[in-house]
Amino acid sequence: MKHLITATGLVLATQAVAETPVLNVYTYDSFATEWGPGPAIEEGFEAQCGCDLKWVTAGDGAALLSRLRLEGEGTEADVVLGLDTNLTAAARDTGLFAPQTVSADYALPIAWSDDTFVPFDWGYFAFVGNAEDPKPANFRALADSDRRVVIQDPRSSTPGLGLLLWIKAAYGDEAPQVWADLKDNIVTVTPGWSEAYGMFLDGEADLVLSYTTSPAYHVIAEEDASKVALPFDEGHYLQVEVAGAVAGSDQPELAQAFLAYLASDAAQSVIPTTNWMYPAVTPEGGLPDGFTDLVTPAKSLLVPEGDVPAMRDAALEEWRAALSQ
Amino acid sequence: MARSPVAVILGGAVALAVAALILGPLAAVLWHAGGAGWPSPSDWSAVRFTVWQAVLSAVLSGALAIPVARALARRRFLGRGVMILALGAPFILPVVAAIAGLLALFGRNGVLNSALAAFGLPGIEIFGLHGVLLAHVFFNLPLAVRLLLEGWRAIPAERFRLAAQLDMPPGAVFRLIEWPMLRQRMPGVLAVVFAICLSSFAVVLILGGGPAATTIELAIYQAFSFDFDLGRAATLAVLQLIMVTVAALLALRLARTDGMGAGLDRPMAIWTDRPGLRVQDAAVLILTALFIAAPMVLLVIQGLPALVQMPAVVWSAALTSLAVALASTGIAVLAGLALALPRRGLYDSIAMMTLAASPLVLGTGLFLLIRPFAFPGNHILAITAVVNAAAALPFVLRSLAPDLHATEDGFGRLADSLDLRGWARLRWLILPRLRRPLGFAAGLAAALSMGDLGVIALFPPPDTATLPLQIYRLMGAYRMEAAAAASLLLVALSFGLFAVFDRIGRHADT
Repeated sequence: MKHLITATGLVLATQAVAETPVLNVYTYDSFATEWGPGPAIEEGFEAQCGCDLKWVTAGDGAALLSRLRLEGEGTEADVVLGLDTNLTAAARDTGLFAPQTVSADYALPIAWSDDTFVPFDWGYFAFVGNAEDPKPANFRALADSDRRVVIQDPRSSTPGLGLLLWIKAAYGDEAPQVWADLKDNIVTVTPGWSEAYGMFLDGEADLVLSYTTSPAYHVIAEEDASKVALPFDEGHYLQVEVAGAVAGSDQPELAQAFLAYLASDAAQSVIPTTNWMYPAVTPEGGLPDGFTDLVTPAKSLLVPEGDVPAMRDAALEEWRAALSQ
Repeated sequence: MARSPVAVILGGAVALAVAALILGPLAAVLWHAGGAGWPSPSDWSAVRFTVWQAVLSAVLSGALAIPVARALARRRFLGRGVMILALGAPFILPVVAAIAGLLALFGRNGVLNSALAAFGLPGIEIFGLHGVLLAHVFFNLPLAVRLLLEGWRAIPAERFRLAAQLDMPPGAVFRLIEWPMLRQRMPGVLAVVFAICLSSFAVVLILGGGPAATTIELAIYQAFSFDFDLGRAATLAVLQLIMVTVAALLALRLARTDGMGAGLDRPMAIWTDRPGLRVQDAAVLILTALFIAAPMVLLVIQGLPALVQMPAVVWSAALTSLAVALASTGIAVLAGLALALPRRGLYDSIAMMTLAASPLVLGTGLFLLIRPFAFPGNHILAITAVVNAAAALPFVLRSLAPDLHATEDGFGRLADSLDLRGWARLRWLILPRLRRPLGFAAGLAAALSMGDLGVIALFPPPDTATLPLQIYRLMGAYRMEAAAAASLLLVALSFGLFAVFDRIGRHADT
């Protein structure tokens, strides 16, 4: 009798598992933490999909792509969320992604047409400083000033790579000279964004490489308006974060449904105050208060994804040569 | 038990397991890459810089440790016990916290520069090679002092009494009594510090001030993450392993293992004192105490305000970290004892290899090895405990081995003549005489495991976290104050673990 009960229980349990499909979404760590958009998006999507959304995390966007490349065809990922426009070319080359079918009224500063990746948020890289301090209006003025800046290493950090491409996109062949002029302003180079931002808050530097949206965090979460992003007149480099469905997924419909949910108002309205980036689709209620008076660059810079690999290798060498002297 | 067949087999098995843990993942990465890659010119300059700063850091830490350890060994003063205990602190500080503490002291808005500015003096700049060396000395000087202090303790007090009776000048005492001990211990100390600094990553990059201060670990990171060139990453990881192994073997060769002879275990007393010596020792001890304590005090001041409003996840992460730390302490101490008992240099070198294992290559290799059978993310806490235990092994061995040698050299013949062998020899001769280093080793292992971010950063589990991971998450979510408070909690817990184990060991004076 006891065995029968156990057996019945097992059968029921197996059926319950079989009835609840699992959607594995690979993302970067900070997306899925309790402060990130992860919990709200998981709850919202599970309420409508009758599925179990499972986050699988890697350190950052680059680590996410590495993980996917390591796993290859055998990956258990159904969706990969958190690659950016500097990684999409390499991600596309893996051939692991399926076409996407989402259509939305994107509020991106550039026209978006991509048959593979769905954008879910975006932002501009910028130098963030204190409101009362001098504000150089471009890289040359920054280099001429006595402002101390802390930046991130392009080899280990997304903003660090963004700055490399920013200067390369704005100055082309003159980029090495710009770096050489900036050298005496750069206090140090940190492995990641967190260390740099922490050093700036501790007063170790006047400016830190971050995002135009960073001041919104201080306004909304801390009611502190003393942090501002500096508008640069050569334009700001754009970062668009995207998600894509994996071709080998055993849940292709769910994966597409998740991509559609990501572009929906429910998900997009969560993004600004959790990921501290602009939502890809403007929420029905508009942007939160702290986002409306942010610096909006006159010009968006973005290297076409196909040009990124060659350009970043050249730019990295220039950066290293200029700063190592 | 020492040198008994059982000990040799057990030690060999543990050595094999450690070697497999380090080399297996490396082989997996190489296999996945389809062969080794060749480092780029910039990788080579990273290798040169890494070795250079590691050599300088080791020599500086070792040289500065001599006067400090000697002063501590021959002076009795109020707070001596506290100072010896506090010396363990910098070494076990999590890297983020240590950098924050050093910047609070030496940074632009730091205490030192504020004081200089108040007197109208020009400020100092911490970023550069000197900043890297400063940080490495801050981390490793106390470790070197602790290891050398054990050396002074191992010199029978009767030697110094005899020296005093013969009215030897300090120079002669150094040459005849202290130098032979240093000759024996210093190579090991230098090798450990060299190996630690060889794989230092965040400290070098942040305080080094730019890409000129690129270490092998960052080159591995670049090869792996930026270029996705696994072959090159593996080659660099092999290079790092070879350098540490060579350093370890060199240290073993240089360290002559002629014992001090046995004494009556009397506590060391002050022998013929001279006013000059007294002033010198006082100055050395005060400077060291300031250098070690100031960054820690500043950390406390920074973290304290936010301590009251820490998110609940921080507390649960703290519990998780405690469990991981205790598990890896158990593993590290047992494995360390098994490796130390047969007294074979080879086992020692194998343990040293774990110092040079790149966390990125180790983690990736483990991922490749485990992935066909299980989802590594589901077992990340167990994996972290094992990897952290392996990382603590060199320190466990380094603190156990010299006392074990001294015990065997001094009492081995007596024990042999009494036919004290196997378990009985371990129980009645070796363990009682190893209690002090065992306590120290367990404390180090626990604290290091507590503070190490380790492999968990590569597979961060969404539903749980260790305390170091949680600190990075708080920082990544702009919550720098909460992160500072959590760092303080981490320091307190790491140090608490260390203090408890170390106290158990030290209060077991025979």
